[in-house]
Amino acid sequence: MKLRRDVFQAIADPTRRTIITLVAASAMTPTVIAENFDYSRQTISKHIQILTECELLEQEQKGREIYYRLNPNEMKQIADFIEPFRKMWDDRFNSLEAVMKKHQSNSI
Amino acid sequence: MEQKTNINALEGKQELTITRIFNLPVELVYKAYTESEFIAQWMGTKVLKLENRNHGSYEFETSHEGNVMFKANGTIHSLIPNQEIIRTFEMENMPIGVQLEFLNFEKVTENKSKLTIQIIYKSEKHRAEQLKLPFAYGLNMAHDKLQELLTN
Repeated sequence: MKLRRDVFQAIADPTRRTIITLVAASAMTPTVIAENFDYSRQTISKHIQILTECELLEQEQKGREIYYRLNPNEMKQIADFIEPFRKMWDDRFNSLEAVMKKHQSNSI
Repeated sequence: MEQKTNINALEGKQELTITRIFNLPVELVYKAYTESEFIAQWMGTKVLKLENRNHGSYEFETSHEGNVMFKANGTIHSLIPNQEIIRTFEMENMPIGVQLEFLNFEKVTENKSKLTIQIIYKSEKHRAEQLKLPFAYGLNMAHDKLQELLTN
């Protein structure tokens, strides 16, 4: 996976990585994101700001609320997005192959 | 080199196709999808229910360290032994929604087979939600790996 230097700096922090994982599942308001941490709202806002600046997160206005989500523009690099998904299936299928090979040799 | 597992997800589409070549007879690949004992082993999940018949249903539950991580369920529309499974799949409480899956099992040689899974999502956005999850997980992995390199 290609990562720009600024993106790497953004994900070097464990709190920011947790935020990415949270908003990957569904778009969230800063309040909801902050509820997942023991830190102050200000601290979380700062992390969100860094993630937004390096374009990992983007804002979406829904009524009076601002939601953050993983930037869909990054989806243009669709191959980069697909590779982890492919790897996940490859691992799963390798496991299937190993389980069934074992079963095959046991039943001969 | 040709990869054993391939994903084909065209932009602007609400579907994707997964293909895999197995060094196994087609009967065993089909068996891996239709017998609870094997599903539990290769998917690392608990099979709560699996009715292998037309209009049957299934339920999986995956735990990690005693906590239920996710639950999945679906309906088996139809099965043709060693050839085809048509079913729905849904991960509970996830924004991915219900997906329709066409699993096609093909014999290549006596000990080689090909599995093609065509998955259709509710929309392109739902497909993106699915692809985002391993991506986010991948970011964590990429970081951990780099961290490891830097400390060693």
